Amino acid sequence: MSTPKPSSGPNRPLSPFMIGPYYKPQLTSMLSITHRVTGMALSFGTLLLAGWLIALSNGPDAYHAYSKHVMAWYGQILLLGWSWALLYHLCNGIRHLFWDVGKGFSLPAAYRSGYAVVAISGVLTVAVWALAYLT
Amino acid sequence: MAQFTLPKNSTINQSAGRKYPAAAGAKKVQTFKVYRYDPDTGENPRVDSYEVDMSQCGPMVLDALIKIKNEIDPTLTFRRSCREGICGSCAMNIDGTNTLACIKGCDEVKGDVKIYPLPHMPVVKDLVPDMTHFYAQLASVEPWLKTDSPAPTRERLQSEEDRAKLDGLYECILCACCSTSCPSYWWNGDRYLGPAILLQAYRYIIDSRDEATGERLDQLEDPFKLYRCHTIMNCTKTCPKGLNPAKAIAETKKMLVERRT
Repeated sequence: MSTPKPSSGPNRPLSPFMIGPYYKPQLTSMLSITHRVTGMALSFGTLLLAGWLIALSNGPDAYHAYSKHVMAWYGQILLLGWSWALLYHLCNGIRHLFWDVGKGFSLPAAYRSGYAVVAISGVLTVAVWALAYLT
Repeated sequence: MAQFTLPKNSTINQSAGRKYPAAAGAKKVQTFKVYRYDPDTGENPRVDSYEVDMSQCGPMVLDALIKIKNEIDPTLTFRRSCREGICGSCAMNIDGTNTLACIKGCDEVKGDVKIYPLPHMPVVKDLVPDMTHFYAQLASVEPWLKTDSPAPTRERLQSEEDRAKLDGLYECILCACCSTSCPSYWWNGDRYLGPAILLQAYRYIIDSRDEATGERLDQLEDPFKLYRCHTIMNCTKTCPKGLNPAKAIAETKKMLVERRT
């Protein structure tokens, strides 16, 4: 009888872990990853806004050239995404502050605050855009 | 570095999965899709499908696994012991979340029951992960009472209030469901201690009889050991004992801040 291969060693496979096919997407992990993604998106969006300000300081021609893109449909979509990202990150940031002082850790509380963050950030985004377009 | 896909030797060979149909005349068939890895062949893992007649099987996923091993395929390998949720041996990923096979009802799962080992762990065989690193991390937090004061002639006493602080902590059975549900632990598990171990660390930090609180906090004040927790809360969501590791970690972080003032 041949000696079986040792079962230890570096060649052991890694068990599947990916969220989606192997680990259920849950509100807990989804909101967390969204917090990160919106954080990164905000850095990028801030560059675009800074560009707008720089254009403003460069006089009317530069400002109008930049504004043309901002007011175009793709600029508006980016701005909509940026505003929602900002409001989501803000709301979820406040949720994190509560966690930092040890509050809201029970599962029902964490789910309630999670749904609240999604709802409030959505409502605030709509409100900001309604304000911008109606006034 | 976060890694989002499985290494080459770990991807599941979808076409290699074997099918074991139910015997003719089976009344209530449920299919169990189980991760298989055989270290003797060293071939990539596969997923085998076992059809089990649930009218002839106990109610829990562990009952089904034992039935499969006894009657269908004796090569199926998994850990189990107490079959009542107190030993933590049969922790695995069932239907997309980590739990104990012995207290997860088959009827809680709609459709096929997908069973994988605990996520992002080296696999010894089938559903058996290598827990060496996890246990080494547990040892690193020195999970025992440490004292400098001379030993009293009787037990070290504790008030009812101080004893109550251990509720929700002492019940942990170290099954590792929480740690292996944590994306931070998947990607930084080499240096991040993970929810299970941090809950154990906190259990000794707040024990009124322990006299090494400061030393324990010093040991945790580290960008990786403790602060890779980003309050994702997968740990609390998945704990089969209903404990709250995320809360224990938050309390530890709070103590680290409070002792600075």
